[in-house]
Amino acid sequence: MKSSAIAVSGLRKAYGDRTVLDGIDFEVAEGSVFSMLGPNGAGKTTTVNVLATLLKADSGTVHVAGHDVVTATRQVRAAIGVTGQFAAVDELLSGRENLQLMADLKRVRSGERVVERLLERFDLVESADKRISTYSGGMTRKLDLAMTLVGDPRIIFLDEPTTGLDPRSRRTMWGIVRELVADGTTIFLTTQYLDEADHLSDRVVVLDHGRLVAEGTPDELKRQVPGTHVRLRFADLDELDAAARVLGGGTRDDQELLLRVPSDGQSKSLRALLDRLDEYRLNAQEFSVHTPDLDDVFLALTGHAGEEAIAS
Amino acid sequence: MSNVATAWADSTIMLRRNLKHTMRNPLVLFNAILFPIVLLLMFVKVLGGAFEVGESYIDYSTPGMLVMAVSYGLGSTATAVNDDMTKGIINRFKAMDISRGAVLTGQVIVTTVRCLVACTAIVAVAFAMGFDPDASALDWLGVLGFVVLLTVAAAWLTVAVGLAAKTAESAGLATVPLIMLPFLSSAIVPADTMGAGVRQFAEYQPFTPIIETLRGLLAGDPSTGDALAGIGWCLGLAIVGYVWAISTFKKRA
Repeated sequence: MKSSAIAVSGLRKAYGDRTVLDGIDFEVAEGSVFSMLGPNGAGKTTTVNVLATLLKADSGTVHVAGHDVVTATRQVRAAIGVTGQFAAVDELLSGRENLQLMADLKRVRSGERVVERLLERFDLVESADKRISTYSGGMTRKLDLAMTLVGDPRIIFLDEPTTGLDPRSRRTMWGIVRELVADGTTIFLTTQYLDEADHLSDRVVVLDHGRLVAEGTPDELKRQVPGTHVRLRFADLDELDAAARVLGGGTRDDQELLLRVPSDGQSKSLRALLDRLDEYRLNAQEFSVHTPDLDDVFLALTGHAGEEAIAS
Repeated sequence: MSNVATAWADSTIMLRRNLKHTMRNPLVLFNAILFPIVLLLMFVKVLGGAFEVGESYIDYSTPGMLVMAVSYGLGSTATAVNDDMTKGIINRFKAMDISRGAVLTGQVIVTTVRCLVACTAIVAVAFAMGFDPDASALDWLGVLGFVVLLTVAAAWLTVAVGLAAKTAESAGLATVPLIMLPFLSSAIVPADTMGAGVRQFAEYQPFTPIIETLRGLLAGDPSTGDALAGIGWCLGLAIVGYVWAISTFKKRA
């Protein structure tokens, strides 16, 4: 049994009369990736700030790397690395100087070699001596993460590390996270992208309005929602009504004009379903076979869609 | 390492970073060092001829120009501190095991260094323009000490303003009063030549005793009353600035 890298119990935080965290508990196993999933404003950044010693909780206990964040703040700080939601790099310095600054502050032995290795690892060697103001968003993010890695922190907090990144940079970031975990680092990440949590995490918690509404492995969470089904979108409510009657056993979403019908997803049963629609001269504008993902989990657990579901 | 040694080492690292910033930012260099010289030239060569101050105008105005050199150097500190705050760099530092005060001390020291360079430049240009002080070596030492005291006090206040401001623009704007105050003091012309209202303000605001002390020291005839009032103001401003800065630094995440 692995020990806990992070243990949180009864964590509460309010700003004035607005409750941001309403008593949350969780544990993160050493050397694992733990994702906190939730829409904007759910309290993810507040959680990171408390865990990273930047913010004091109103109540509850938080242990990071075995130390209490309130009474052993310095020990916690020595064990962690934090990459915030917005790249915290010094724009008047070069990439190399930014990394060197971190190495100096952390008293890293042979800092220059560490800096060089990080530049190589993050593919930043060519622009190492250019000012950050000339860097692209993706490069800045990479440098930001590289700065966090100086001194090999055992626990790393990543607050929405891929928000605003193009798909390619996002993949790179995922690759780096996997490498880190392979080296035994513990990762706590927040995200509003469900597929990100799905791809990377050993465990996921879903945060909504300051409460944890679910916890488990991505697979466990997916099991909490209905299995494979067919999704049909119709042009109007009349057609949706008719289709719901004809197909039976489905769940409908009148607002989205959507009908979900359970199915095993095999071609034979799909054909039967389509034939039946045809028989009644019904036409679905959209048709898709859906294997449950965390999107569905999110919808099922919170009663509202995640950010990405709304956007797409 | 002991706590003090760690704090000192951290502050040195921060200072090095801030010095790089200053050297790479032409606007900061211009505002802090060239602009006070431009002001000195303008007041002495263009306007000063029309002022009746009872002595050579360069001798009268140099102490005030020293104070102006200090206040012009502050704006960029407020902006820099605010930039660090709003861009999350301060949060990065705060989540690391580094001395709490280092980030801020680094800013205060770099401001002091910048202002001392500016003041040295002012004195050099003033000498070139015929400045003829009667100060002894001890008086010069007093001038140096006073300028450092003033700068450190004003820098802490500025750092606090920079931390508390919502945006870099408002941080810069908030230091404008510090730039304006010397104009409403005895820096340019004696307070007793000013109109009613302004005169009383000029006589009782912090910069007047500070400037009068510098003027006294440079004339080799320092006044104890002004010196005490000046030191009092500086210490007061320093304490307010320090307490405000530290508490804002701890609070804002």
